[in-house]
Amino acid sequence: MSSISMRRASAMLGVLGLAVLAACSRPPEQLVVYSARNEQLIKPMFDRYTAETGMPVRFVTDDAGPLIERLAAEGANSPADILMTVDAGELWHAADRGLLQSIESPTIDANIPASLRDPQDRWVGLSVRARTIVYSTERVKPEELNDYAALADERWKGKLCLRTSKKVYNQSLVAMLIAEYGEEQTESIVKGWVANLATEPFSNDTLLMEAIAAGQCDVGLVNTYYFGRLLREKPELPLKLFWADQVANGVHVNVSGAGVTTHAPHKEAAQKFLEWLSQPEAQALFAGLNLEYPASPAVKADPAVLAWGDFKQSPMNVAKAGELQSIAVKLMDRAGYR
Amino acid sequence: MSSSSESPPPRQFWRGSRLGATFTLLLCLPALVPLVVIVSAAFSPEAEVWAHLAQYVLPEVVANTVKLVIGVALIGGTLGTGLAWLTAMCEFPGRRFFDWALLLPLAIPAYVLAFVAVGFLDYAGPLQSWLRDVFGSSSWFPRIRSTGGTIFVLSLAFYPYVYLMARSAFLTQGGRALEAAQTLGYDRRAAAWRVAIPMARPWIVAGIALIVMETLADFGAVSVFNYNTFTTAIYRAWFGMFSVSAALELAGVLMLFVLLAFMLERRSRTAAHFSSSRDLSREAPRMQLGPLARYSAVCMVGLVFVLAFALPIVQLLFWAFTRAMSDLDARYFGFVARSLFLAVSAAVVIVAASVLLAYVLRRRPTMLTRSVIRIATIGYAVPGTVLAVGILVPVILLNNFLQDLLRSWLGASAPVLLLQGTLLTVLIAYLARFLAVGFNPIESGLQRVTHSIDEAAIGLGVVGGALLRKVHVPLLRTSLATAATLVFVDVMKEMPITLITRPFGWDTLAVRVFEMTSEGEWERAALPAVAIVLVGLVPAAMLTRRGAHVA
Repeated sequence: MSSISMRRASAMLGVLGLAVLAACSRPPEQLVVYSARNEQLIKPMFDRYTAETGMPVRFVTDDAGPLIERLAAEGANSPADILMTVDAGELWHAADRGLLQSIESPTIDANIPASLRDPQDRWVGLSVRARTIVYSTERVKPEELNDYAALADERWKGKLCLRTSKKVYNQSLVAMLIAEYGEEQTESIVKGWVANLATEPFSNDTLLMEAIAAGQCDVGLVNTYYFGRLLREKPELPLKLFWADQVANGVHVNVSGAGVTTHAPHKEAAQKFLEWLSQPEAQALFAGLNLEYPASPAVKADPAVLAWGDFKQSPMNVAKAGELQSIAVKLMDRAGYR
Repeated sequence: MSSSSESPPPRQFWRGSRLGATFTLLLCLPALVPLVVIVSAAFSPEAEVWAHLAQYVLPEVVANTVKLVIGVALIGGTLGTGLAWLTAMCEFPGRRFFDWALLLPLAIPAYVLAFVAVGFLDYAGPLQSWLRDVFGSSSWFPRIRSTGGTIFVLSLAFYPYVYLMARSAFLTQGGRALEAAQTLGYDRRAAAWRVAIPMARPWIVAGIALIVMETLADFGAVSVFNYNTFTTAIYRAWFGMFSVSAALELAGVLMLFVLLAFMLERRSRTAAHFSSSRDLSREAPRMQLGPLARYSAVCMVGLVFVLAFALPIVQLLFWAFTRAMSDLDARYFGFVARSLFLAVSAAVVIVAASVLLAYVLRRRPTMLTRSVIRIATIGYAVPGTVLAVGILVPVILLNNFLQDLLRSWLGASAPVLLLQGTLLTVLIAYLARFLAVGFNPIESGLQRVTHSIDEAAIGLGVVGGALLRKVHVPLLRTSLATAATLVFVDVMKEMPITLITRPFGWDTLAVRVFEMTSEGEWERAALPAVAIVLVGLVPAAMLTRRGAHVA
């Protein structure tokens, strides 16, 4: 090996060594967040919090699955104070494995409805994601629509588009249906959906809506913020939202939320941050960044979102979706919902 | 690595190779540990989940996976070999351009190509919409979200691995071998089929092995097609049913499957010997094609280039300019710099490790060293997120152990360790994932450096370091460049390992792609994706220029 490449190699080693050493220094007072909610939706929140309180927030983003495994392996040595996800099922799963701790907070209890919080207060929903029916205004009249179960009707044969059952939003929707109708009836509903499919399930909500607009199918199920995003880009699309199941159970909602980790090095600061996030000013920003609904009923959604009209949310606790998720996934496998 | 005048030693299991075996084990350790973690976790089965999977999930995914692997190996392998043959052995208009341009699809991540293809070719996409406007119907148009469509797109995404390997094989010997065969009375076509392609077989097979592993590990692209494979079943068990053990069990089965395939391939060529007929003093002349053949060659090569690179990149650029320009800010210097730093460091580390392993295997080709290395390269076939966790967990356990040790010495004032969030861990994890990508080209290349070449060199008094520098390095240059390029580009695109092991704030271009796609903002992801392609162009261009000069 020539001396130049030796020097280069030792320089490389030096850099790596420094990186290890840097990681060894004592951490200053700061919050550490493991987040499955992506950077552009959380960083503005962290920046504002730091500006208001002087408390720095560091974070690492990834899918919830790996983050939860990391948290579990790190145990008492974990630097993480907060776990943030985009789905209640994942929070339920983390809490179920003992990775989150209960916090007592009158502020959060006052700001966020009980159905959007863990019954044992180990996590709290911070924004609401509603999953409902989208339809073609050219081929469907809203009077023809009713609830999720009615999409299994034969009248929708060859006219329904669904997103993949791999997506957690559909898994938690089916979990909610199981809670409402029981496993047997839900299975026949899901089988009915599958029989009505116009084409193989899509990998995302946007492709699904574009297929409805192009005439491949007439109705589908989507999270409302995808609808908002698409219509912001292409306002001419002949698509509308229909609030499902308004007579009985209400629209299925999931949450993006967070909890304080069991071994949080800065427990009090972490709780303060969650309380701050539950307050009106933060709530409006948190939901508004992604056209979601604020979890706090006192806060109005973005004007674009309000334009879709008011609706009744399912009053069921969102934790139920996590509890029933694996049952829902198996049910969808049995029903042939890919 | 000095004097090696004996003929290749007979296969031996252990005798006389203790040092080689120990050395191999040490180098392979980072790659072996996660596999052990995965396999050992697979021994605590969750009977209920497993029964469900066996009845409702496995029959479909096993069939799909087999179809996909065979399809991509056949089409991707044929494309890669055929294109390499054309650009390395023949002369046609535009050859110099296509020679390196055909490598470019390597820089487009497979999931990005899949997303662009589905967006463009599906029912609601521009092509079918146009067909409906003009002809009133597009129902005859083949469905892109299907087995065939998935195979088609993955073949376009992965053929460059075979192209690069086969190209380096043809460049280093094909022409001369062809001449020799023709003097023996074969016509040109027979010479190609009977001599040049069989002689390039270790390269072609090693390239196909890479794309098979890449196909098995792929989650992003098959998800875009909603095509259920073994990998999607693993993620379903993990994320959908919260059953990590069932997921790891499935991953363990997947690894056994790969091992089996390796063994079969190995058995099928144990009898073959490969040697070099390379004459360094001159380049073999290229075949001059007839007018019809020349025209077809240009069309074929052009079509692949347009489908696999030009169209997708135009779409990405369009999205980047119309939807994502507001995302472009000064931070992008950091993203690019970090991506480059990681890709270059990983290329250096992995190529160095691969060279060392290949030499150990050459000097001491025992069953043990061979098996250890083979197993260590399986990381490339394991779904990224599974492997990432398989690497992360042992690192965290080590970190916890050291931390407890520190605390017991220093008490409360002990510094806080965070090995799992360091660049060292990132690089170790890359080694576990991409060892195959570095090792396969170099192992193939080293087969060209026959023992008779060594003997001749030693006879001329060229020994030790001089033997390596004057004989081996020039002969291996193309293989080294191939290995480095593949690792570099693969690391640029790598997502799950980078995400979970990166230090705080260490965002790369691939991380940016994740931030956008995780909430379905594919158009905004075009900006970092284009940046990955642009940065990936650099090694591709350098490699082919180097290859052209050397060969």
